[in-house]
Amino acid sequence: MTVTTPEARTRPPSTTTEPRAVRTGLIGLALLYVGLFLFLPLLVVLTGAFSRGVEAYFTAIREPYALAAVRLTLLVAVIAVPVNVVFGMAAAWAIAKFEFYGKSLLITLIDLPFSVSPVIAGLIYVLLFGRQGYLGPWLLEHDIRIIFALPGLVLATVFVTFPFVARELIPLMQDQGTDEEEAATLLGASGWQTFWRVTLPNVKWALLYGVLLCNARAMGEFGAVAVVSGHIRGMTNTMPLHIEILYNEYKFAASFAVASLLALLGLVTLVAKVLLEWRFGDELASNRTGAERGKS
Amino acid sequence: MIAFRRPSVLPGFGPTLGFTLAYLGLIVLIPLAGLFLRSTELGVDGFIRAVSSPRALAAFRLTFGASFLAAVVNAFFGLVVAWVLVRYRFPGRRVLDAFVDLPFALPTAVAGIALATLYAPNGWIGRWFDVFDIRVAFTQAGVFVALVFIGLPFVVRTIQPVLQDLEAELEEAAASLGATRWQTWRFVIFPVLLPPLLTGFALAFARAIGEYGSVIFIAGNLPGRTEIVPLLIFIQLEQYNYAAATAIAAVMLTISFVLLLLINMLQRWTAKRHTRD
Repeated sequence: MTVTTPEARTRPPSTTTEPRAVRTGLIGLALLYVGLFLFLPLLVVLTGAFSRGVEAYFTAIREPYALAAVRLTLLVAVIAVPVNVVFGMAAAWAIAKFEFYGKSLLITLIDLPFSVSPVIAGLIYVLLFGRQGYLGPWLLEHDIRIIFALPGLVLATVFVTFPFVARELIPLMQDQGTDEEEAATLLGASGWQTFWRVTLPNVKWALLYGVLLCNARAMGEFGAVAVVSGHIRGMTNTMPLHIEILYNEYKFAASFAVASLLALLGLVTLVAKVLLEWRFGDELASNRTGAERGKS
Repeated sequence: MIAFRRPSVLPGFGPTLGFTLAYLGLIVLIPLAGLFLRSTELGVDGFIRAVSSPRALAAFRLTFGASFLAAVVNAFFGLVVAWVLVRYRFPGRRVLDAFVDLPFALPTAVAGIALATLYAPNGWIGRWFDVFDIRVAFTQAGVFVALVFIGLPFVVRTIQPVLQDLEAELEEAAASLGATRWQTWRFVIFPVLLPPLLTGFALAFARAIGEYGSVIFIAGNLPGRTEIVPLLIFIQLEQYNYAAATAIAAVMLTISFVLLLLINMLQRWTAKRHTRD
């Protein structure tokens, strides 16, 4: 029998770990890899943004076309995210609280947009609503613009962010079962009361987490939006598209300045994610199942 | 309706499922079906001609080749990163853990211009390659670099939970029966990690073949040489060549669905292995 001092307990037993040199080597390799492939690109965005000085930075992000792009990006997200939240909650309620045939097929179909290339996500709406699309002639006749206009941008964004909220809520609500909701119903609560007072408080952190991921993707989406946008400056240019145009015009500092705003959004999302996992890890389904289901 | 689901006292099944199906159908299923329908209008000959033009074939080769290589590199380094994160304690571990998700959080266009700047001949990394007269940006190597970037989290995040749940008893038993550390790793640990490793590989590969934003800035986009399939679809569409765009997209979509099925099977395999012990 060995005496277990706190120190001995924290030190891993030598039979189930690697020699010190191997450990150090692997840690070094992991740090080098992540540093080279993830940290440096982020650093390049920030230094690139300020390469012409602080003044040029603020000029670039206050320029009218940049402001229009910011406004449009926010507008698209403000429409697309709530729509997907409502869908995610409805889908999670039906899937997690009831047993029915074809459930696993339905879950697979909800995940489908993640496996579709963003360019194809844009293309399918052009084929439906574009001038040569199935509904094109009818739309033209009634003077409704979807492609190269706000509705197209929203549709493409809704498509690529479709599964985010649902896939955070479904596994968690499945784990929580139906006992609490059944008790509420038997005590006389209406469906809405049960949802607002029992279900929603149980899943609020997972919901917030899903909304954050959904929003980050909605504001940063590039490929799908590029296909349906038509790149009309001040009209249908979102921030990622504005970044592309500035970059292709060799206005690198301005391009990185706008990019730094989106990078900041990404960083805030990451920090919020770490905080949520650290503080409410037990209440987030993603800790157990998210990675297995493959995040995207 | 009653036979289709198990009875429950909870309300709201009809409306929520109805809304889910309607929304799924309108946003996802009908538009995707429209693409396949459109591609049948070409006829068999037209379809084959569209997807087997030299330009399309070159794009397919580049996309699948670079995606495969990037997924292989990520499978190896992803395993190392996941191992280090779960098994070792060192300063900066939490930051490293958080950083792994960066490709999910950073918009692809931002990643694209950052990578292109880094690997350009006068960039922070590109200038070291330039010394040896190797070009990364605006060549096929650039496509590979971008796909490595976006695929990195998949392998790490699929292996991590499995590795966390791995019981120390197994390794102790192997060690007490006289296995060396390498033998324990090779014959006890690795077989458990294989299903999630393959899942992560498939997820990274599936993401890579559809990737657009992070690639196009660093690729150079020369038709037949550094043009990826999503860009080719985009260009055909911009030139109002709907037939070619649709046919190529239908092929890509079919491959994506096959990969999705494969990934689902792999995940079920992982779950089975995972819960057995």
